Amino acid sequence: MAVDGGPELVQLLTPEGVLVEHPDFALALDDDEWRTRYEHLVMVRRLDAEATALQRHGELGLWAPCQGQEAAQVGAALAMRPTERIFPTYREHGMAYVRGVDPVTLLGLFRGTTLGGWDPAEHGFNLYTIVIGDQTLHAVGYAMGAQRDGAAEGVLVCFGDGASSQGDVAEAFVYAAVNDAPVVFFCQNNQWAISEPLERQTRIPLFKRAAGYGFPGVRVDGNDVLAVQAVVTAALERARAGRGPTLVEAFTYRMGAHTTSDDPTRYRTTAEGEAWRLKDPIERVRAHIVRSGIADAAWLGEVEQRAEALGEHMRSACRAMPDPAPASMFEHVYADAHPVIDRERQWLVTYLAGFTDAPTAGAGAGVG
Amino acid sequence: MSARRSPTARSGARATAVAPPPPPDDAAPTSPEPEAGPRTLTYREACREGIRAAMLADERVFLMGEDVGMYGGCFGVSMGLLEQFGPERIRDTPLSESAFVGAGIGAALGGMRPIVEIMTVNFSLLALDQIMNTAAALQHMSGGQFHVPLVIRMTTGAGRQLAAQHSHSLEGWYGHIPGIRIVAPATIPDAYGMLATALADPDPVLVFEHGGLYNASGELPAGAGAVDLDTAAVRRPGTDLTLITYGGTLPMVLEAAERLAAAGVDAEVLDLRTLRPLDDVAILGSVRRTHRAVVVDEGWRTGSLSAEVAARITEHAFYDLDAPVARVCSAEVPMPYARHLELAALPTLEGVVAAAERVLRGGA
Ligand SMILES: Cc1ncc(C[n+]2csc(CCOP(=O)(O)OP(=O)(O)O)c2C)c(N)n1
Ligand SMILES: [Mg+2]
Repeated sequence: MAVDGGPELVQLLTPEGVLVEHPDFALALDDDEWRTRYEHLVMVRRLDAEATALQRHGELGLWAPCQGQEAAQVGAALAMRPTERIFPTYREHGMAYVRGVDPVTLLGLFRGTTLGGWDPAEHGFNLYTIVIGDQTLHAVGYAMGAQRDGAAEGVLVCFGDGASSQGDVAEAFVYAAVNDAPVVFFCQNNQWAISEPLERQTRIPLFKRAAGYGFPGVRVDGNDVLAVQAVVTAALERARAGRGPTLVEAFTYRMGAHTTSDDPTRYRTTAEGEAWRLKDPIERVRAHIVRSGIADAAWLGEVEQRAEALGEHMRSACRAMPDPAPASMFEHVYADAHPVIDRERQWLVTYLAGFTDAPTAGAGAGVG
Repeated sequence: MSARRSPTARSGARATAVAPPPPPDDAAPTSPEPEAGPRTLTYREACREGIRAAMLADERVFLMGEDVGMYGGCFGVSMGLLEQFGPERIRDTPLSESAFVGAGIGAALGGMRPIVEIMTVNFSLLALDQIMNTAAALQHMSGGQFHVPLVIRMTTGAGRQLAAQHSHSLEGWYGHIPGIRIVAPATIPDAYGMLATALADPDPVLVFEHGGLYNASGELPAGAGAVDLDTAAVRRPGTDLTLITYGGTLPMVLEAAERLAAAGVDAEVLDLRTLRPLDDVAILGSVRRTHRAVVVDEGWRTGSLSAEVAARITEHAFYDLDAPVARVCSAEVPMPYARHLELAALPTLEGVVAAAERVLRGGA
């Protein structure tokens, strides 16, 4: 059972909420910045809990909870400039939140009322990727594009401990290394790939793999929002300066199920969950800001109310999202009109028109 | 306007959870003796009992894949097998399809009898090089010195709201490749009995288990065991037309045949069972009797298995036909995620009945 990140773990805020120094990494935040971080973490946890509940009520087909990984996601996203691109997996709701993607849009994706969901250019946040590891290569190619534009721009790509076993990820490491691609490989090691523990994927700490590819690797406490931001900031600066990739392993824990279809009690102990609960990413920030007088009970209450309002917004907006028309499935298969698609759409529209209870306003409507 | 219910009409609550964990009692080890008398099993249990029997019968057999151990496989097929056989023979692999298919090839070359589980057919594409360039070609390229007795099981098909990267039916596509054998068990005896034959085969065999069938239940007769991988099976004899299908669409096609029977049409239902090689004798024999055929295939129409079957009928039984062959396939789009869109993209009972009626009218 992996709970302890070992001596090489970069930490700046302990689980007890005490600031500590590190020889290589530092970051000073003002009071406003501390409050922003706390509020982000609380909102993301709420967003995640609300979506999980909506799935339980049959409103979403599926949800992949990010509970426990809020600090890793918020810290990394805050380290980036808003124009720098993030390539997520399917679990980066915290990054989506920081990048201004309306949580309701995330719900639409998991409810099946939208494809893609948001504009990656507007949010600097690429679309969710399901096939494990694919996006690491996309990020490298994208970063090489930025390199050729002469932009001092970094790119960050997320992947999991499980994904670290995929050939695509190893190939992305090689490709980024030989091209000095300005990319940060951000691995959220949440200790599990569905039911498989980290030991099924590796015999050395994941961050140490970077050495074999010829670039630096750092292990950071993924439940420490301050340390994550500091470490990712340093990696991005290196990338922007043309010095190539970095592997950042955020050592964290998937507190919830893999997805709402999963039951983790089948394969892991409650003792492990309890041990990690003591390292909760939100509690330590709360302890710090309360103890140092950055926040008082009244302000914490206001944050609670804003989280409650977000939950309410998500519940009502989710149920109000319109179902796409059946023929909408033919949109976007090709960029332009295509004879096979046209024929199939025509067939479906005619066929559905033969039913008394066909979604009449729907069938065919909204087809571009 | 007919009063039939649209296959895409929404009914109340949205989708249930994807791939719900099987009920807890599912994990209870069942009797390992296949000879124990007739039993009612789910398709999932039949797959599991097939694996269990194969592992008891031959020490060289082992299972590997993602989450097959403690978790019992992402669709619950291997539940309880880790407890019985231990981690040497029920192996959770690192998350890399190419690695465990490639390692399976190596193990098979070394004399083992690996069963490799790939979560879904879409992820088999990460191992396509190993499957096609190596497993399928090695027998030939070694001048017959190497056999690759590898069995790859994977879940195929849609209907569970798993969207465009988990839900396709690519078995027809694999059926294009010389050097491998492709089977699609659609019944309990086949889910149980095909595995033993596949393991005994000196060549690689791909077993496609349709995700929509896992919860279906049926009887495994007393003494059930290995079944052949060469022939198609008539699941319902009939005289007026032949409905040809395989895998996940078989239950729906049988229902369509009953619907047609109520309207006075006697349809024969042919389950292809083995997709490479195709059983031409059974296909052509049935069509020569009924003179009409509808092919139902969850794959995409263009270049599909249904195209191959229709072409063979046209090549060899053209003058026996009273109407052009009809096909019912999935819409040629990446599989949608929303439940009602997914249903609209898939072959439906109504679509099969309509195609049958059209063929009975002479194709008009
Ligand atoms: C190529 C591929 N194989 C298998 C899967 C099924 N799958 C989905 S998530 C997952 C585990 C991923 O674990 P990890 O990379 O640690 O990410 P986490 O889910 O923990 O965030 C697996 C095996 C997939 N989506 N893609
Ligand atoms: Mg993980």
